[in-house]
Amino acid sequence: MNNSKQGPLVHIVKRGALPRWRAWGIRLIAIVAALIVCAIVTMTVTGEDPIAVYATMIDGAFGSERKVWNLAQSTAMLLGVSLAVTPAFRMRFWNIGGEGQVLAGCLAAAACMICLADKLPNGLLIAVTAVASIAAGAIWAGIPAFFKAKWNTNETLFTLMMNYVATQLVAFFVIVWEVPKGAGKIGIINQTSQIGWLPTIGGNKYLLNIIVILVLTVGLYIYLNYSKHGYELTVVGESERTARYVGIKVDRVIIRTMLLSGAICGVVGFLLVSGTDHTVTTTIAGGRGFTAVMISWLAKFNPVFMILASLLLAFLEKGAGAISTSFGLNHSFADILTGIILFFIIGCEFFISYKLSFRKTAKKEAE
Amino acid sequence: MFDIVSFFPRAVMQGIPLLFGSTGEIITEKSGNLNLGIPGIMYVGGICGVIGAFLYEQSLPSPVDINGFLAIVIPILACLLGSLIMGLIYCFLTVTLRANQNVTGLAMTTFGIGIGNFFGGSLIKLTGSEVPSIALSATSACFSKSLPFAKDLGWFGTMFLDYGFLAYAAIIIAFITAYIIKKTRVGLNLRAVGESPTTADAAGINVNRYKYIATCVGSMIAGLGGLYYVMDYACGVWSNDAFGDRGWLAIALVIFTIWRPNVSVLASILFGGLYILYLFIPTGTHLYMKELYKMLPYVVTIIVLIVVSLKKSRNNEPPASLGLAYFREER
Amino acid sequence: MMDNKTAAVKMRNISKTFGSVVANDKVWLDIYRGEILALLGENGSGKTTLMNMLSGIYFPDEGEISIDGKEVVIRSPKDALDLGIGMIHQHFKLVDVLTATENIILGLKDKGKLDLKAASKKIREICDMYGFDVDPDMRIYEMSVSQKQTVEIVKVLYRGADILILDEPTAVLTPQETDKLFAVLRNMRDAGKAIVIITHKMHEVEELSDRVAVLRHGQFIGDMPTKNTNAQEMTNMMVGHPVELNIERPEPVDPKPRIEVKDLTVRSIDGIVKLDNVSFTANSGEILGIAGISGCGQKELLEAIAGLQPTESGSITYINDDGEREEILGKDPLAISNMGVMLSFVPEDRLGMGLVGNMNLSDNMMLRSFRRGRSPLTDRKSPRKLAQTVVDELDVSTPGIGTQVRKLSGGNVQKVLVGREISSAPTVLLTAYAVRGLDINSSYTIYDLINRQKKKGVAVIYVGEDLDVLLELCDRILVLCGGKVSGIVPGRGAKKRDVGMMMTKLGGNSADE
Repeated sequence: MNNSKQGPLVHIVKRGALPRWRAWGIRLIAIVAALIVCAIVTMTVTGEDPIAVYATMIDGAFGSERKVWNLAQSTAMLLGVSLAVTPAFRMRFWNIGGEGQVLAGCLAAAACMICLADKLPNGLLIAVTAVASIAAGAIWAGIPAFFKAKWNTNETLFTLMMNYVATQLVAFFVIVWEVPKGAGKIGIINQTSQIGWLPTIGGNKYLLNIIVILVLTVGLYIYLNYSKHGYELTVVGESERTARYVGIKVDRVIIRTMLLSGAICGVVGFLLVSGTDHTVTTTIAGGRGFTAVMISWLAKFNPVFMILASLLLAFLEKGAGAISTSFGLNHSFADILTGIILFFIIGCEFFISYKLSFRKTAKKEAE
Repeated sequence: MFDIVSFFPRAVMQGIPLLFGSTGEIITEKSGNLNLGIPGIMYVGGICGVIGAFLYEQSLPSPVDINGFLAIVIPILACLLGSLIMGLIYCFLTVTLRANQNVTGLAMTTFGIGIGNFFGGSLIKLTGSEVPSIALSATSACFSKSLPFAKDLGWFGTMFLDYGFLAYAAIIIAFITAYIIKKTRVGLNLRAVGESPTTADAAGINVNRYKYIATCVGSMIAGLGGLYYVMDYACGVWSNDAFGDRGWLAIALVIFTIWRPNVSVLASILFGGLYILYLFIPTGTHLYMKELYKMLPYVVTIIVLIVVSLKKSRNNEPPASLGLAYFREER
Repeated sequence: MMDNKTAAVKMRNISKTFGSVVANDKVWLDIYRGEILALLGENGSGKTTLMNMLSGIYFPDEGEISIDGKEVVIRSPKDALDLGIGMIHQHFKLVDVLTATENIILGLKDKGKLDLKAASKKIREICDMYGFDVDPDMRIYEMSVSQKQTVEIVKVLYRGADILILDEPTAVLTPQETDKLFAVLRNMRDAGKAIVIITHKMHEVEELSDRVAVLRHGQFIGDMPTKNTNAQEMTNMMVGHPVELNIERPEPVDPKPRIEVKDLTVRSIDGIVKLDNVSFTANSGEILGIAGISGCGQKELLEAIAGLQPTESGSITYINDDGEREEILGKDPLAISNMGVMLSFVPEDRLGMGLVGNMNLSDNMMLRSFRRGRSPLTDRKSPRKLAQTVVDELDVSTPGIGTQVRKLSGGNVQKVLVGREISSAPTVLLTAYAVRGLDINSSYTIYDLINRQKKKGVAVIYVGEDLDVLLELCDRILVLCGGKVSGIVPGRGAKKRDVGMMMTKLGGNSADE
């Protein structure tokens, strides 16, 4: 049994710090490997050659000016939700309720647009709508935060359940406000009067959204890395005991940070309803709350890297969508490709922090 | 008047997928793996069963020729295989490559739901069949076959005996799991792995093997939940996204039952009941009220989470190293 | 060397690196049956790493191990157990929510049903044989530290190990418990088992071991029979140059009451009384030592003073130089510092409480000062300057102030923490196990820093575990026993034995002594 001279076949050793370019090199290799696997999968399913498939993908994402704007809008919205969940993650608060927080913001925006349309001047209405959305998102995030801070209630499931409560709440109001009765949907709100709609910049309805999100990105970067609040929440995330030791009020920081998270989700909800969609549905958040968790993590909670990660995932979504359409496949194909690429990126982190040593070196020394 | 005799069986049938899911997740979590990919795995389990059954039915000259044994075994094996592969992917990433469990789980869910909806939507096109939609009624009939005399026993038969065999399997698996975790050597070792892998390792337990086996077995059990849903509950009709959020509720049930599969038997029926209660509450013309009643299972879950967190006890805590990767040479 | 016996374990040319740190460098070591070997070395000299390779936790980068003359490869703890090697780790490897029995039989491949009753019976037999006192059905989280250690030893014996490794087993025991443990170890040696004890307490080595082996900076320095050497020689071998083993103790200058604790009672969340009517006064310019078995209220006492521990009743009064009294009980750390009370606290858990391991030196300096100024943004300049000052003045060895603190060695981590805490010119300094895990040089640096604070008129409260150090360093020693004050003795002239008795029994005077 143990008297064999063989050591373990592969032995895992922790690496020292890797230079940054090598770490990024490993990530790049992982993405390339993932694209190859995706190509193989696509080939087996569609029978097309992979170059045509990727050409379709690139065309689907960048093929025309309209497509590029669409991509930019998707990236911006995804980035917005990713930014929102990031402060919570830095605090090790697993907020997977971005979906519900965005929905709450959307619902509040729609409510203002519907109920206050003829009561307020347009400019004031937009301001009220914005405030209401932000408040709704913040409240939706604040509830689980309150219980986490007071009784350490499991935040992962709490925020998750809040998503479904929000969905049902939207479903409820969709029927209450449905136009026409029995349609099961609200339709475009204030379609003729365009009251409560955000103004377009240069005739482009996405540009304002994109600018707002970029400003938020810079703001959050500064908040997280240079502000006292950012410092406090990082300490709380690293060790609650240290935070208490230096007099940081942990429960207050948890609630404050989650209010911020929810507020940013509320902004995204506001932009979606007042800026682009002008309606609300139960699926308006589109799963972004979950994708955002992965983006935030992939970007190592750094808002600047999140721009890249959001772009990658938005590109995948649009590109894979194009594959589905042009090869007559179901749109969920995009999710499969996204999943595969995520697996590779998640897995490659291992090769950044560990290295493998194989048996032959052990043997050499035994001689 | 509230019709318990028709309500109860529907609650049970809603509860069974949750029971499969939560039993699977309990086994997984006992090994220290927090698998948030369970919702995706249940989709994969369901669709693999559908694919197996679909290919089998298509190979038959006529649905009448169906062989009851094969009609059951093929989908089950396909389902187990599919969920096993999902479990292996999760383990490879989180155990071997020590990736973040939350992120891996969410990616698994995206991937799994994608697989389910993609094949659900494209199966007919991919196989070049000439049927309008996937309706595996012949296979479904084999799955939902109940005891022939159940209907003759009045309310008792309807409430307790009139289910397909997978429903009973779910309950039996839950009890067996509870027994193994609590009373056997394997269960003891499993608990140690989830509580303190360093301790288990120093005691000579192969931590990675336990994590792999527990997670894969857990995934396969959860996958059966997806299979039960589509074959028995949905009568063999796959519709995209129909399985919905049941996977997440299954995970919530794990905390609700404080990691005890035997409690989960009752809890999942309770949740199943909450899930369909809106159908039994009279709303008159205010149909939108139903949308509010649909919130019930989620609101109850939230209340349960809060109540559980209020009463702290050392015996009610999650496995101490839940969600953490283990590396023996960590310093 | 003992040539008449064959070595139970031969380790040859063993090397192990972690990242860029060389923990063991071509180490040779022999272990014999019927002998207690003391493995000596400063912290970071590679003792634990070496033994972890024998017990299968780490796998060596190179080198061979043979057991009873046969070359073996130890890939995992299971392999080690199969070879009869059992290790009792410094941080116990026990599952808190399981019972003693469940922990002991964990991972065993016995045939048949899980029979906890039979296992308990066998455990009781082992306990009777060696004179252990442990309840097999008790859960680990209900046990004291010494009970947990007993479970660890029984666990190893239950598995039939005949090569036992104990990593700093006495660090958490009282002198009386230590005596009992040593008696058991001698019994086991006489029964023919090979025993290795890792320690850096010289008097224990002299009292217990038959042979000593010394490691320094990961290298094997030498071994010899214990009777042929002495504490000074062993210390010199460990450190690599002659060291002065005396701790300075200046006379207190003008001591005045600074902190007055009255009838302080603290309960844990589970309702267990942690401090019971504790009263004492800490004076300026004086070091007040706190002695006691681990877990008998030291942590709660310091945390209560620092404003981190909810209390049930009593009062803690701060008295400033002008004699003004202010109540600080029930105030959190922020409120206390806003009152102008300069209170510094070096907690036991350096990286889990005092510092943030993943932050760099400069960011850790900010922990205390980040609130300064009205700007919503933090000031990054002054912490950087402070970090540089601490690094220069306390001779912290680090690649730079941008290095994450967790990458530093234990001694340097402690220097960073103490450096930050004394940088704010405190009037009260609380320290918990300030030298735990530090090598001799670092320990003396810390004693020196504490003494300098004392000379500045700071009231120092020093919680320690090494009675020898407490007796040499402190002006007065408060002995805790089960959350009660067992007595306060002057540091000069106190007898170690008496203090040890006070730790286990209120007042310390028992009838049978």
